[in-house]
Parts: sequence; structure tokens; C-alpha cells
Amino acid sequence: MSRQSNRTTDSKKMNSELFTLTYGALVTQLCKDYENDEEVNKQLDKMGYNIGVRLIEDFLARSSIGRCQDFRETADVIAKVAFKMYLGITPSVTNWSPAGDEFSLILENNPLVDFVELPDNHSTLIYSNLLCGVLRGALEMVQMAVDVRFAQDTLRGDNVTEIRMKFIKRIEENLPAGDE
Amino acid sequence: MADEAPFQFLHNEVMQYIYKSAENGETENGRNIAKLENMGFRVGQGLIERLTKDTARFKDELDIMKFICKDFWTCVFKKQIDNLRTNHQGIYVLQDNKFRLLSQLSAGKQYLEHAPKYLAFTCGLVRGALSNLGVKSIVTAEVSVMPACKFQVMIQKI
Repeated sequence: MSRQSNRTTDSKKMNSELFTLTYGALVTQLCKDYENDEEVNKQLDKMGYNIGVRLIEDFLARSSIGRCQDFRETADVIAKVAFKMYLGITPSVTNWSPAGDEFSLILENNPLVDFVELPDNHSTLIYSNLLCGVLRGALEMVQMAVDVRFAQDTLRGDNVTEIRMKFIKRIEENLPAGDE
Repeated sequence: MADEAPFQFLHNEVMQYIYKSAENGETENGRNIAKLENMGFRVGQGLIERLTKDTARFKDELDIMKFICKDFWTCVFKKQIDNLRTNHQGIYVLQDNKFRLLSQLSAGKQYLEHAPKYLAFTCGLVRGALSNLGVKSIVTAEVSVMPACKFQVMIQKI
């Protein structure tokens, strides 16, 4: 039993590797199933959306964060609380548009791509596109329609990974017909 | 550090995807299970590589199984296997009384028919992990009352 002592592994780190590897297996499967990268990107976004609409509940329940007053506050919560909680990273928020309806998240080290190299024939694949769907889905559940896309990606040779978020509109609560 | 919620949600989506993509085709249930299992296999291979990086060589098969029950399970599901039994002829039964991927689902017989979907990926995980430790195996799972489940590992003698 003396060996037990050197079997100390950082279980939290391993858990994020489990996530990374599972995500990798999913992307691999999608690339097999679909003929072109566009379709894979679309599918990843759709799956991310499904995750987002459920993840927001987990997030609100655990973070006890209330409604955001403006888009700047939203940006802060996403970067400093949500990304930290779920991916263990804190992206920086930059490149605000003058109107304050658009900003960028700069990801220093994207945990989804930890063990990834894109082969040459997948140059248009947006590997981490799931994240866009997650952000879009989660924000939609708190009445915000937002456009999310990758502007830069280190996997495709850019210097940084940048997610661009643009506020489209506030979604009005639909009262059921006849309900005053 | 990364939280477990993303993995659970991702696992759900992976499952949904595999089953939905089969709806419009001719594929039957077995193929889907196999697909999920194969994805798990690949992940298990990767994980065990990372996990055993600094561990000493294993003494024997039982030692490997113990490692799977303790360290591997703790790393993936945040708890150890509750019970490990073997007939000393290459069959091991790993019992988890509160399997993480089922515990949100039900505590009884409700949805029992859906349980296999939630286990296939994990069967692959175990098989992949064992495979990279040089043990060829067949892993199956069974559930009688959720969230408890048993994984049976049959070692293939070469």
C-alpha cells in the first residue's frame, strides 16, 4: 500500500480534462457524420444552445446573481463569474463599441482546445463553436437576444481567441393572450 | 477550476445527438449504444494516459481494477466504486450505489428503460482506460433500481 502516496492527482484538473476530451470526441464524431465544416459549426452551436438554456438555471441558482442593469454588467458577470465557475478561466472584456452594445471576450487559454490541433482540411471548422451557442442560449433565457461569434481563434493561427458579442434586443415577456 | 455541470450537460447533448441522428436513418438501438461506447472508449484512453503519468507500474490485474475503482472513478465521478467483486477468473463487477449520471434522473424504477443510454459512454470509458493499461475487456452495465448500477468487466484472455 506504500504506493498510494504517489497517486495524488489533481481531481479538479482531471475533471476539466474529462470535459475537454469528451468535447473532442463529440467534434470528431460530428466531423465524421457531416460532410462540411459549416454543418459541424451549426450543429455545435445548436448543441451549445441546448446546454445554455439549461445551464443558466444552474448558474442563477448557484451564483445568486440578480438581473443585470446594462450590457456592461452582463459582460462582467459572464467573464468574471460564469467563465470562472464553469471553465476555470477569466477572459478579459475589451473592444467596446461606442454605443456599448458590443464587446469582445479575449480567452487566454481556452480549455476546450487543450489537446487539439486542427488538420489542414478543416480550416473552416470553428472548433469551440459550442461556446457561442451556450452564451446565446443562456442569455436568451434572461430576455437578451445576443449575437455571438468567434472573431479570432488561436487554433486557426490567430494570436488570441476572441468571442465577439453583440446585443440585439431585449426580449419582451409574452403575456398569454387575454391575461391582463 | 472546471465544474462538473458542463460535463453532465455535454454528456446529455452527446446522447441526444446520437439518438436524434439515428431517428431518420435505419440504425437501431444497438448501433447508437456502440457509437456512444466508442466515444467513451477514446476519452477513457486519453484520461488514463494523463492519470497514470506519475504512478508506479501495476502489480497485476486486480491492482489495475482497484485503480479503476478508486482513482479513476474519483476523478471522473467524484466518488469511489462502492463494491468490487470478482470470481478471480477474469470477471469483475463494479457496483456504484449512486451513479452520478443517473442520480439526477430518478430514484426508483421510473425511466428505467432509458437508463442504458446513460451508461454506454461510461462503459466505453472503462474499456478505454483498461485497454491503455494493456487489458482487453468487454464492459457491460445493468441497472435494476436507479441510481444504483453495476458494471461488469469481462477480461479477454489473449
